[in-house]
Amino acid sequence: MDFLVVQFLTGLAGASSLFLVASGLSIIFGVTRIVNFAHGAFYMLGAYAAYSLTERWEGALGFWGGIVAAAIGVAAVGALVEVTLLRRIYRAPELFQLLATFGVTLVVQDLSIILWGPEDLVGRRAPGFRSSISILGQQVPSYDLFLIALGPLVLGLIWLLFHRTRFGVLVRAATQDRDMVAALGVNQRWLFTGVFALGVFLAALGGALQLPRDAVSHTMDLRIIVEVFVVVVIGGLGSVAGAYVAALIVAELNAFGILVLPQVSLVLVFAVMAIVLVVRPYGLFGRPEGPPRTGTAGLIRPWRPFSGGERIAVAVGLVAAAALPLVGGSYLLSVGAEIAIFCLFAASLQLLMSAGGIASFGHAAYFGLGSYGAALAAKTLGWPLPAALAAGAALGTAGAALFGWFCVRLSGVYFAMLTLAFAQIAWSIAFQWTSVTGGDNGILGIWPPPWAGSPAAFYWIALALAAGGIAALRVIAFSPFGYALRAVRDSALKAEAVGISRRAVQWTAFVVAGGFAALAGALFAYLKGSVFPDNLAIPLSVDGLVMVLLGGVETVTGAVVGAVLFRALTIVLMSYTDYSKLVLGLLVVVLVVAFPKGVVGSLQGLRPPWRRAAAPPVAVPAR
Amino acid sequence: MKLAVSDLRAWYGPAQILFDVALDVGPGEVVALLGRNGAGKSTTFKAIVGLVERRGRVAFEGRDLGAAETHAIARAGLGYVPEERRIFTELTVAENLEVGRQAPRPGAPTWEPETLYRLFPNLSEMRNRPGGRMSGGEQQMLTIARTLMGNPSLVLLDEPSEGLAPKIVEEMATAILAMKREGLSLLISEQNLHFAKLISDRAVILERGRVRFAGTMAELEADETVRDSFLAM
Ligand SMILES: Nc1ncnc2c1ncn2[C@@H]1O[C@H](COP(=O)(O)OP(=O)(O)O)[C@@H](O)[C@H]1O
Ligand SMILES: [Mg+2]
Repeated sequence: MDFLVVQFLTGLAGASSLFLVASGLSIIFGVTRIVNFAHGAFYMLGAYAAYSLTERWEGALGFWGGIVAAAIGVAAVGALVEVTLLRRIYRAPELFQLLATFGVTLVVQDLSIILWGPEDLVGRRAPGFRSSISILGQQVPSYDLFLIALGPLVLGLIWLLFHRTRFGVLVRAATQDRDMVAALGVNQRWLFTGVFALGVFLAALGGALQLPRDAVSHTMDLRIIVEVFVVVVIGGLGSVAGAYVAALIVAELNAFGILVLPQVSLVLVFAVMAIVLVVRPYGLFGRPEGPPRTGTAGLIRPWRPFSGGERIAVAVGLVAAAALPLVGGSYLLSVGAEIAIFCLFAASLQLLMSAGGIASFGHAAYFGLGSYGAALAAKTLGWPLPAALAAGAALGTAGAALFGWFCVRLSGVYFAMLTLAFAQIAWSIAFQWTSVTGGDNGILGIWPPPWAGSPAAFYWIALALAAGGIAALRVIAFSPFGYALRAVRDSALKAEAVGISRRAVQWTAFVVAGGFAALAGALFAYLKGSVFPDNLAIPLSVDGLVMVLLGGVETVTGAVVGAVLFRALTIVLMSYTDYSKLVLGLLVVVLVVAFPKGVVGSLQGLRPPWRRAAAPPVAVPAR
Repeated sequence: MKLAVSDLRAWYGPAQILFDVALDVGPGEVVALLGRNGAGKSTTFKAIVGLVERRGRVAFEGRDLGAAETHAIARAGLGYVPEERRIFTELTVAENLEVGRQAPRPGAPTWEPETLYRLFPNLSEMRNRPGGRMSGGEQQMLTIARTLMGNPSLVLLDEPSEGLAPKIVEEMATAILAMKREGLSLLISEQNLHFAKLISDRAVILERGRVRFAGTMAELEADETVRDSFLAM
């Protein structure tokens, strides 16, 4: 019993940092409508900066001065990122902003390794809070009690800021209606910069305050960002009070989940999130979002099937790809097969994003389920290659059917976050169910039979299945079903009025996309000869988004081009530099700013003006 | 001229809505912008304040604001009261007013919350009530008061009488005439000809995004064909 009380207090202490970071994310989203993926990176930077300021230059500021200075310094970095990067893309579709902030995350990951080294750093204990206090006969670190008190204190300070200062009133007003605030003479630029800096300050403070509790490591960022997404989704995006309540729930679930169900502690949190979202789709304290700002309807270039010339070009490209074994060695062929597989993966995601207008942040789940399905069928059941591939695709399809049923109840950012949560559930099952999946050690030794075993043979198989799959996805996009999907995307209301059920159509698309992603994943298992939880982890989901956006989210299958560029680039970067994330992150950022329509989309924009719709003026007013 | 608009064109996506709209408002003048539903009155206002894609000249006190950003236009002293009211529903009445506050401006009447509460007595009784829990008429008064907090010298009022009870419409007319007495210039869009006559000096009529008539209220009064072809019965 006493032990439970202590565990409860540990949970409360953990909630404080989580709340700081989550409230920052929520505030930023409320005003700028940007889901700041880099929030975890700023949290990590806060911890590293605090380490340096308290260890190396402690004399100057003292411990507490160092903590606060770290948060302020990182907030300044955040303001710089907002001014130089985000300002340019506020009018781009939401996903681009997410992608840009993900690019920042990658850059920060490598920079922090360059600046602070790869080892975990252990900071000092906080002066004045080094002891433990005895509560019900159990020792509780006094620093935990300090953190427990800090949460409500910060909540109160934020409340005062928002209700008693002009800045706060403007922030609340802008959260509801940015245009109206501008029409009343408020320069949104500085408001946005201020809000972003405030949010980053809270994240960095949360990171800095972890210093006495935990080692600083360069994996902190992704760990916290997933938890923080869960917190803001449970609490309701944009609600600070919601973030506090949800942080408490999540932290306590973590604290007790470990005791009750150590194997599935990760699953528990996500299961609660899924339940909350199904019961209250906008979180406990959230309100329905306005219509998504993507607003491409009417602007999107009309889709059309390939013209005669384009068909010939595609055919020539395919023949050239099929001739690769004539010139390439086995390394090149395995690279080629990998690229083909990722083309299929990206194209399947594109069906959801472009035709469906819904962005899955957890598409890797179905890729990974395909990998595990094929691996288990081959290793455990001894099935031959074709049957194992089919088993992988079937497992992914089933997973997509199950998860998708929940996801299509939501839309916009909430849809994205729920898909992310389900992917993370799938990941934790793969990671923790060691007896079946091998856990972290994965499943090894999945090799194709001799007839498909030569590099050229496997390459051809991968190419044929990928090309066939992509062609099928294109056919689907132009089929009556594809039109229904686009009708739902452009106006769910109008589509429902002519008898198209939004949920049914989007669910079907989700399942189809999941099935093709799973086929890609099954092929990938055979290509690598092994399967690891990485196959359904967040970075792979993000890779998928990058490939689609790089190719052009307004195109039908531009993702194929995006996948070729991105995968080839990743492979080259990995072999030439130790800092591939740094280069890749910078590249993503530059691409997002330079090609807001993706590579293919931008090339299409170069078509002669008389082939385009009557041109509106180039100047777009500030929104 | 206080405001001189010419060659104003505007788009929603690829659809052009306004075609070379021209109108002007003199100092201290009240001009009614008339036209049927969908004629382009609201779009004209949004184009003037830069809330839609637009091209053209918008000379305000001699400065061209045709390509300026929305907040800069408001800062120049051009106030905008949207048709949909767009009250900040989570903010109290007092906070709504605070959002609109700008420094006093030479040559324009200066407003404080207290003077506005006198102009709109209903509001003074609900200073701490959230905007979301007010009636339509109260919200309409609050949007006007909020814009006046910016001490503008010209205000665009989009259909101030729309959907209001007759008694409230009367109060609204009184308030608008009071604003005029303070020296404000006003451009008011209306479908209610009777209400427009009560408050305006001149009228401009739009139809399908084009100006079809511009003249004094008396001229409009005399011209039955214009009234019949471009205004609702
Ligand atoms: N957000 C919008 N998107 C596309 N078309 C619009 C939008 N708002 C108005 N329109 C169209 O622009 C035209 C003018 O509308 P509006 O300026 O609101 O007219 P009014 O205010 O005179 O009633 C109408 O045909 C209307 O359908
Ligand atoms: Mg209107």
